[in-house]
Amino acid sequence: MTEPAAAHTAAHVRYVLRLGDTSLILGQRLGEWIGHGPALEEDLGLANLALDFIGQARLLLTYAGELEGRGRDEDALAFLREAPEYANLTLVEQPNGDFACTIVRQWLVDSWQLQLYQALAGSADARLAAIAEKALKETRYHYRFSSGWLVRLGDGTEESRRRTQQALEELWRFTGELFAPDAIDAQMHAAGIAPELAGLRPAWSEAIDADLRAAGLARPADPSYRWQGKQGVHTEELSHLLAEMQHLPRAYPGARW
Amino acid sequence: MYTQGLDAQGREPEAPAGGAAAERFQARVDAEEKIEPKDWMPEAYRQTLIRQISQHAHSEIVGMLPEGNWITRAPSLRRKAVLMAKVQDEGGHGMYLYSAAETLGIGREEMVGQLLSGAAKYSSIFNYPTLTWADVGAIGWLVDGAAIMNQIPLCRCSYGPYARAMVRICKEESFHQRQGFEIMMTLARGTQAQREMAQDALNRWWWPSIMMFGPSDADSPHTAQSMRWKIKRFSNDELRQKFIDVTVPQAHFLGLAIPDAQLHLDEASGHYRIGAIDWSEFHAVLRGNGPCNRERLAARRAAHENGAWVREAAAAHARKLKERAAAAAAA
Repeated sequence: MTEPAAAHTAAHVRYVLRLGDTSLILGQRLGEWIGHGPALEEDLGLANLALDFIGQARLLLTYAGELEGRGRDEDALAFLREAPEYANLTLVEQPNGDFACTIVRQWLVDSWQLQLYQALAGSADARLAAIAEKALKETRYHYRFSSGWLVRLGDGTEESRRRTQQALEELWRFTGELFAPDAIDAQMHAAGIAPELAGLRPAWSEAIDADLRAAGLARPADPSYRWQGKQGVHTEELSHLLAEMQHLPRAYPGARW
Repeated sequence: MYTQGLDAQGREPEAPAGGAAAERFQARVDAEEKIEPKDWMPEAYRQTLIRQISQHAHSEIVGMLPEGNWITRAPSLRRKAVLMAKVQDEGGHGMYLYSAAETLGIGREEMVGQLLSGAAKYSSIFNYPTLTWADVGAIGWLVDGAAIMNQIPLCRCSYGPYARAMVRICKEESFHQRQGFEIMMTLARGTQAQREMAQDALNRWWWPSIMMFGPSDADSPHTAQSMRWKIKRFSNDELRQKFIDVTVPQAHFLGLAIPDAQLHLDEASGHYRIGAIDWSEFHAVLRGNGPCNRERLAARRAAHENGAWVREAAAAHARKLKERAAAAAAA
């Protein structure tokens, strides 16, 4: 491979890993809810979401491994990388907290994915476009679930409104990362593989404001600190999550399950 | 999943008082007609079903916990997805069963209250811990395998809504059983450490699974009335024997040893005969003194209590929507 071609491939792999890791870590977090939801219907709903995200992660990580060409499959990528090698957004690694926290996190991700997957469905990378198209159908449902709950909680009782506003204040600081492009985003955009990231923000922002109005919640001030999860700089939460998730394959090297 | 043991936990249902309605009812049951929610039924039949179906539903819900314990640690993404889907299925079973019980005139909230207060039981098998990944395989293979033995006859139960719920549940359970067996097979054919993990899980789950069928027939007073009502079709010991006969060859196939020195094939009858069951353990777990009784109930109570403000918010929002619609219509 020529040097520019190798650099392009490395960026491409990294781009797909960012998407896959974000889905995987969110799926892992949602999986913690199963059996503990606030009502049976929500337990099943959260399990559906968790399954969709793990499904997306499998497609994306498999593809990233193939692009990389070093023989790593979905499980090698999921279970045998350390936290600094993970490229997910820091938002998704945040703990579940209470149901309000989980819903706010979900709604922020869903509304972001909605914009992103709509754009990626038209990617020059046919494989990525196909994955995005499949994920988009799921994301529309996820967004209905999370924005529906955001409104219910914001408009519900004094307690639910207080908890949801608090969750929003807590998690909003991680949203700076959602639309902050770096060199990899620029390179993928130039190759027609990815949309111009910052260009997705206005539509996202509009949808966020509309939902917040319907929920009677206030939009927090924009964050001043920019997290860099997709560059591998995470919060303290991620390594704990990985320690739990990766335990078995790490403890029994080479075993098949 | 349902276990026969649950029917041993209430009072012996009284035979219904005679009378033309009771006779017509029994004649319909005898003719294998389905009894539907609006049909006349003896009060004791209704109460027996409410108890059995609600406890079956509670078992599904509590049953999400032991396997749910391994969702975050499933060793591959495929296993994680399959396990999530399985635990979700159990929740779905709980939902259909609560709905089936509701057709008998009891609300879900009341039933859940009975579970959380400890007044209602759930299957004792879920009071055992899942200590290693192999336990997820053993539960699918043995616990779901035993549940299927119990549940297949329930698809022909005289009460229509219960029978119909069981048809779908049985299809899913048999899928779960195969998945569990496949986990065991992968471990049994894996490394030495994995084989040991599989054997250890079989050692711990074998006897509790055998006890899932409930007390032996001699100590199971409910059987006669439930059989007349065609709620129950086989005795505890008949089903237990069926399970043993199916499962022992599967263990041989896996190359795992059943933890019972007395186990042998009785050539004359063609049945496997097991050693003595330690009923003192069964009764201890039933009375709340099993290894995880406290943890399981505590987890259900925590979910319920932590979810109270969410349920209240949903109800308040629904009320507000209605009021706003009414105000808009009036304006």
